[in-house]
Amino acid sequence: LFPPPGQESVDPQKTAFLLRKAWTLYSVTPLYRFRRARLRDYARLLSAFIAAEKQKGLAVEVGVELDIKVALSSLAELRGSELDQAALLVQLSSRSRASSRNSEDKLVWSGWFCSVFGDDLSENLPEDFTSLPLFLSHGAESYTALVGSWFQKTFDCCFRRLAISPQNLSWMVAMWAGCKLDRAASAVELVFSVPRLAQPLDISYAIHPEDAKALWDTVQKTPGEITQEEVDVFMDCLYAHFHRHFKIHLSAAKLVKVSTAVASAHCDGIVKILHSQYLPGVLMLLTELAISQIQ
Amino acid sequence: HLAASLPLPSERDHLRPRIDLVVFMIDIKSKYSLKNVETSLAHVDASFFLGKVCFLVTGVGRVNACSIETNAICKLGKAYCSPVLFCELELEGIRVATAQRLLRMLQICAGHIPGVSALSFVSLMRNSDDD
Repeated sequence: LFPPPGQESVDPQKTAFLLRKAWTLYSVTPLYRFRRARLRDYARLLSAFIAAEKQKGLAVEVGVELDIKVALSSLAELRGSELDQAALLVQLSSRSRASSRNSEDKLVWSGWFCSVFGDDLSENLPEDFTSLPLFLSHGAESYTALVGSWFQKTFDCCFRRLAISPQNLSWMVAMWAGCKLDRAASAVELVFSVPRLAQPLDISYAIHPEDAKALWDTVQKTPGEITQEEVDVFMDCLYAHFHRHFKIHLSAAKLVKVSTAVASAHCDGIVKILHSQYLPGVLMLLTELAISQIQ
Repeated sequence: HLAASLPLPSERDHLRPRIDLVVFMIDIKSKYSLKNVETSLAHVDASFFLGKVCFLVTGVGRVNACSIETNAICKLGKAYCSPVLFCELELEGIRVATAQRLLRMLQICAGHIPGVSALSFVSLMRNSDDD
């Protein structure tokens, strides 16, 4: 359940744009009759679609008239194995008509489809289907809706917000807290929401990253492998420690967000990846979640 | 009778009627509820595990709020030879159907249904592979 050792690290330059941004996650069913060679055509069609929707009055920006330019590109490096499709990046930029012709385009929205070790879904697909189960978007929700509906209409696919359960968040915090980092890391933080109260209450539990890693190292038996039991023991230790000090059973509350130096994730399906070294591992886990939501 | 955990307070032992069925409720959104059930199980006399115990897992409608692995619960059911029922209390139809099932089980455990006893549950629990 970990990326195999000796995984070529992705060129940090090319993937720098992915880091430190809050990405909203979706699962996407396979695309029908998607042709990698036609990216420029698709960009034109999507651009026309967005312009047409704006004409209809679905204005996304009030005030300044903006032309939206669409760019589609492939990211060959962003995949797990040769069996995966290369990632597909969609970028929406705007150039204000009011400003001079030399003004630069401003990136207003980006979204990308990817599959990292997504063989579970891709291996049994009939021909003509392209499997890119994970979609991440950053930017205004209105643009996400426009791009999403064009893809759904054009490739007969279906987007669904990817929620992350407390169980999966526990996996993430255990995995990421155990990652070896060369620089000083930020604290490991878990945020819990307490149910059934008149006023909603959030509890934030911050742990020194070295302590968290030390705890995980005593729990994990085989490096490179993680079992549900190990994750449970790790979380139980954290809960027990908290209970000893505050007499509160965190295990009865809902884990809504986890944050480590590697990445952070929120149960509404929002992640931020902070460290390029672990990018493939994080994407692999998210691809798995997307696939299980589709199946 | 509802209790947050076992053992039941001993002061009321003499006033308590005979217990025919123990239903352990586990909220799939709360790991704590599983731990609580696991500790309470130790306080149940072994004779109850001949069909007079069952596990009721609630909150299964919300897959995204799951804090407990269903495997762990099924293992628990197997270990204690007791059935595991899954339900979603927020849906009235399922709530009513589950209540009816529990009532039926209680009638059998209390000996109100001639020809069927709590021991029948135990034999129904046996995996077909075991034969």
